[in-house]
Amino acid sequence: MLQIDRWKRILIIGICVLGLAYAMPNLFYERVEAHNDAVATVEKTGVSTPELEAAEAGWPGWLPNGLVNLGLDLRGGAHLLAEVRVSEVYKSRMDALWPDLRRALADERATIGTIRRVQSSEGTLKIEIGNPDQMARAVEIARGFSDPVASLTGAGQSSLDINADGNAMTIQLSEAEKVATDDRTIQQSLEIIRRRVDEVGTREPTIMRQGTDRILIQVPGIGSAEELKALIGTTAKLTFNPVAGTGSDPDAPVDVGQVVLPDAEQEGVYYTIEETPVVSGEELNDALPSTDQNGQPSVDFRFNPTGARKFGAYTSANVGQPFAIVLDDQVISAPVIRQAITTGSGQISGSMTFDEANQLAILLRAGALPAELTFLEERTVGPELGQDSIDAGKIASMVGFVAVIVLMVLSYGKFGVFASIALAINMGLIFGVLSMIGATLTLPGIAGIVLTIGMAVDANVLVFERIREELRTARGPARAIELGYEKAMSAIVDANITTLIIAAILFALGSGPVKGFAVTLSIGIVTSVFTALWVTRLMTVTWFERARPRQIEV
Amino acid sequence: MAFRLKLVPQDTKIDFFRWQFLTFGISSAMIVLSVVFLVMFGLNFGIDFKGGTTIRTESTQEVDVGAYREALQPLGLGDVAISQVFDPTFGPDQNVAQVRISAQDGVESVTPETINAVEAALKEVDSSITFPSVESVGPKVSGELINTAIYAVLASLAAISVYIWLRFEWQFSIGAIVSLVHDVVITMGVFALFQIKFDLATVAALLTIVGYSINDTVVVFDRLRENLMKYKKRALRDVMNLSVNETLSRTVMTSGTTLVALIALLVLGGDVIRGFVFAITFGIVIGTYSSIYVAKNVVLWLGVKRDWSKKDPKEAAFPGAEAP
Repeated sequence: MLQIDRWKRILIIGICVLGLAYAMPNLFYERVEAHNDAVATVEKTGVSTPELEAAEAGWPGWLPNGLVNLGLDLRGGAHLLAEVRVSEVYKSRMDALWPDLRRALADERATIGTIRRVQSSEGTLKIEIGNPDQMARAVEIARGFSDPVASLTGAGQSSLDINADGNAMTIQLSEAEKVATDDRTIQQSLEIIRRRVDEVGTREPTIMRQGTDRILIQVPGIGSAEELKALIGTTAKLTFNPVAGTGSDPDAPVDVGQVVLPDAEQEGVYYTIEETPVVSGEELNDALPSTDQNGQPSVDFRFNPTGARKFGAYTSANVGQPFAIVLDDQVISAPVIRQAITTGSGQISGSMTFDEANQLAILLRAGALPAELTFLEERTVGPELGQDSIDAGKIASMVGFVAVIVLMVLSYGKFGVFASIALAINMGLIFGVLSMIGATLTLPGIAGIVLTIGMAVDANVLVFERIREELRTARGPARAIELGYEKAMSAIVDANITTLIIAAILFALGSGPVKGFAVTLSIGIVTSVFTALWVTRLMTVTWFERARPRQIEV
Repeated sequence: MAFRLKLVPQDTKIDFFRWQFLTFGISSAMIVLSVVFLVMFGLNFGIDFKGGTTIRTESTQEVDVGAYREALQPLGLGDVAISQVFDPTFGPDQNVAQVRISAQDGVESVTPETINAVEAALKEVDSSITFPSVESVGPKVSGELINTAIYAVLASLAAISVYIWLRFEWQFSIGAIVSLVHDVVITMGVFALFQIKFDLATVAALLTIVGYSINDTVVVFDRLRENLMKYKKRALRDVMNLSVNETLSRTVMTSGTTLVALIALLVLGGDVIRGFVFAITFGIVIGTYSSIYVAKNVVLWLGVKRDWSKKDPKEAAFPGAEAP
């Protein structure tokens, strides 16, 4: 018999109501968004202003407030795919190892003989020693600098690969250590990019690791990919170095451990500086944009205790000497030390705009990227284009929706009406689920929804056609409806599972917008099977119980 | 009672195999032509697969492609393609063009200087110009995207064939795959013939076609399976005809509603997703055709084991050939 248990009815209606409730905030997109932003701001800062309170009051707190995130192609914003040059870190690790290793080897100069670092390929350290027959001893000392690799896959291996050949020994990171290092480099880069992007305070940026050495950055609401690149791409390596000389020759002869760097502002001015910095940017505690005594934009910074101690010691020993503030291999200023600076704070000034000062402060606060980034892919979408797409999508969905309803009602009469109501609920459920899981709606995602509008009625069509057939064999309307649902089931299941397989593959292999399409498509499949099978059945059964028709026409 | 729109008469007795050699010929010819088009013209790959930069321009003034080209000439960017975009959804003072710059040698993605130079040069020509979107893909990524796209299509074909094989018989699985390949190749052929932009979204569209076409095919197969159990003695060909006739009104109705919705999107959805929607729309038509004329014909030729008490599956094969 045509029967649905009471608890099932409650469950079906409950799911519909819940889904629609979650979908509802999207009808008041701007108000809810303002409310959510205000709540987030108050939570973050702890301060509430009248404007924030007004925005918060724009949407009642007890209602669901999840929204469908609009993708970059709809909201506008920037998308970057960056590759982290992880191997750069190998070089800096080797360069950092050299002074310590040299000291250790020098202690045994009596047995090993002279020690010399010679040119070798990047990321390796090649050392020649005076007494080749003592190579074993030298390798043993070098091995002392090797640690066991602390990763799961690399367990049991040590961090350095050391090869001895005649009077030369070549040291490089072992494969296991390289893997572990790469991982750390990416994690660190992710963290720094996240901090830099957060500093500008845009809404919900996506910063995601992709593959072994890539980072995907999507920031809605930012003007262009260039802006985003400028923000995150700068390495912002800040150091304070002793100055050995000033001149106008970029190829001036230097001693070992010195380099010639250009002045950031004055063309033709070059400084010879000591490569080993006194203090580096990692020892900064804070950096803030401010103005100098002439009212020009500048950046105030403060060192952490170790940085402050080092800086204090250096400045007190070198009063009257110039020192250089070096940012990304450019000398941004080279003041003369007038007195010991023991407070641990200082100021960077120079001809910069307020925006640049702000930018520099952000970069300094966030710290340096461990390795440089190469941008493989960048996309900018203007907000107007996104709005156009949303409007076009809305109109197209409306027209498609109405056309499908007309077709259904003309074809199946009352049952067509049921199917149309189910279709409307289905649309609501899709948005409800998207909001609940915080999925992102993209332009192809809208296409996915429109496609669902067309395909969602398929399950109903299958059922209705089947009921028609069963009616022809004249078993009475109740039995026909029941059999219609029963027999259509296997076709519906098979048809939808195959489509779901495709959606899963699209999701796994797709990127960006394609992924968005896969998400809406699969949610659409699940909700449309639910509404087509259960919601229409509930409507049919309820109608049937009331009307008790002797004959039905589908 | 009420008026009913009947797209298909209630009882159809169409012999779908009557013209099977003609439809087979048409299908084969279309596949061969598609391959020829693909080889001859190639696909018009978007920057997703080729690498390079596209800049969308919008202006209140008429687009003058010649002037744009002249302005960009001195920059020496290599292959620059400029095309005006027309769309019924544009307003009267919305003139849109697409500037495509091929990937620059030795550079992963286009440098800000290049983009600034292009934008400045175009501003010279037309001061009201704006750049609503700029996209740039490096050759490294584009190569990987091609691989991913190929994997995606192959993986979905494999997954579906396994599913159909598990739920039905291997003959059905092969029939389904042949019809899916048929749909994908012909759609790609159309893309090659009309040089419609082929990018990642198009691959998504191809997979959607695969999903839709298999959906359609499975419904017919499902009915066929049911009828095979019901009419154990009837010729396979007759049972197939019966199954398609029984599901014909459903096929037409579902294709109808889907097409109606998609055509709305095609006309009103804006030019940004037009290629994507076109691929799906075309695919729905070809997918509906293939589920009626391709998938089960293959199954008929392969034959299906009818009587599980007998050992030889070949017995029921080619029953159509024996029929008068």
